[in-house]
Amino acid sequence: MKGIITVIGYDKVGIIAKICMFLSESGINVLDISQTIVQGFFNMLMIVDMTDKEFSEIDAHLQNLGEEIGVSVKLQSEEIFNAMHRI
Amino acid sequence: MISRDEIKETNRMIEHSNLDVRTITMGISLLDCANSDEKIFCQKIYDKITTCAKNLVSVGDEIARELGVPVVNKRISITPIAIAAAGVNTSDYVNIAKTLDRAAAETGVNFIGGFGALVQKGSASGDIKLIESIPAALAHTERVCSSLNVASTRSGINMDAVAQTGKIIKQMAELTKAGDSIACAKFVVFCNAAEDNPFMAGAFHGVSERDCVINVGVSGPGVVKSALESVRGADFETLCETIKRTAFKITRVGQLVAQEAAKRLNVPFGIIDLSLAPTPAIGDSIAEIFAEMGIPFAGAPGTTAALAILNDNVKKGGVMASSYVGGLSGAFIPVSEDHAMAHAAEIGALTLEKLEAMTAVCSVGLDMVAVPGDTDADTISGIIADEMAIGMINNKTTAVRIIPVIGKKAGDRAEFGGLLGSAPIMPVSKFSCADFIRRGGRIPAPIHSFKN
Repeated sequence: MKGIITVIGYDKVGIIAKICMFLSESGINVLDISQTIVQGFFNMLMIVDMTDKEFSEIDAHLQNLGEEIGVSVKLQSEEIFNAMHRI
Repeated sequence: MISRDEIKETNRMIEHSNLDVRTITMGISLLDCANSDEKIFCQKIYDKITTCAKNLVSVGDEIARELGVPVVNKRISITPIAIAAAGVNTSDYVNIAKTLDRAAAETGVNFIGGFGALVQKGSASGDIKLIESIPAALAHTERVCSSLNVASTRSGINMDAVAQTGKIIKQMAELTKAGDSIACAKFVVFCNAAEDNPFMAGAFHGVSERDCVINVGVSGPGVVKSALESVRGADFETLCETIKRTAFKITRVGQLVAQEAAKRLNVPFGIIDLSLAPTPAIGDSIAEIFAEMGIPFAGAPGTTAALAILNDNVKKGGVMASSYVGGLSGAFIPVSEDHAMAHAAEIGALTLEKLEAMTAVCSVGLDMVAVPGDTDADTISGIIADEMAIGMINNKTTAVRIIPVIGKKAGDRAEFGGLLGSAPIMPVSKFSCADFIRRGGRIPAPIHSFKN
């Protein structure tokens, strides 16, 4: 299963580094990443490989990490986007 | 691969337009619980419900977490108790309602529907006991919902049941007058009731259904409203196309949730109900969609046409997105549960009579309508009879969920709390229909040809 990680918040040093560090330590491969900053507002989307990973565990860790950094982090299964946008 | 814009569009719907899955409802058959001993029957239904729905809430929450879309309610519908408990030796069914309440609490669902009867043609002994038990059952339970089907296109209207329904609505209003007659919010009377409807208060598990099934109700009035913001001033073709596209996307999410829930609970998938169900939250309203269409206050001339467009195009978009569509499927127009509908009623734009006309073109009917507490039982029965006639003649589901709020008069406000919202008390015609209601008997089924 692929996961979509959305990170939104005020820009600061180390957001990508901290998220990627956690993913790396958890053995999660990043398949795609894009990031923009609009008027100091940080917005990142990552597509990650969640095969054989415990979704709720990774989700809980990402939530904690988000709180630590001070940004909103959301992990979702790719299926909801496929259902809505692909026939 | 999914694009950045597609991810943003979906998440904007969830975070800013209140996109959610309104309910995962597990339908459970109680036909195999039959027993003449009340205690044994109660134990059997409690065990069956709590076993089948043991993981319903946790699975619903798990799916919501993984997909990032709220699954607002997890609920249970059961075989109408008048059928399931017909063989029980007892004078009333209040203890059975209390058992259902305990089973609902144990599983963690917020409502259990099916304390009801199908009496469109006549009432058997179990039906009579059930109908007489409804006021006490709803007054003494928290999560039990009740419904009666008193009319159908094939059978006509059971006017004896309609007359009695007016009386029991008054009784349950009196029994719960301390809470703005809240028991009436848990009771709905139908024409052509859907046997797979997942929405409360009218959900029940039809006798032609399998043992256990998952039905899902999608929602999203806010998403439709947001989509229409981008086509302001455009012609009707564009308007309809936009509603269809949006309904398609919403329903696809519902279909995914239903499939996942069915798989994880190891229960067959039943249907998706494509209803736009409002909540009292700002931005989650049907009347806000009317405003976006060009009718600032629900009830103004043009509202019935606007609702017809909305209802039809939700269905057209939705049926393409799901393999099984059922339930009520359309737009709900409750008054108290929709802040902009309640406001329209408050300023006099929306009257009971206009609301009745609107029910001819949408799903369900007079829903969560608060009326003066001194409205007599015959008048309530008259309002129900009118609504049943619309359903019977037009071959569609119609319903009435009306609350005579004891101690309050037109212009006052009733507070029901939570998703049930609050509403102004709407004035009711003072002219009597008592002699009509008291005739007794049944209105025959309508002719099925010469449709004009």
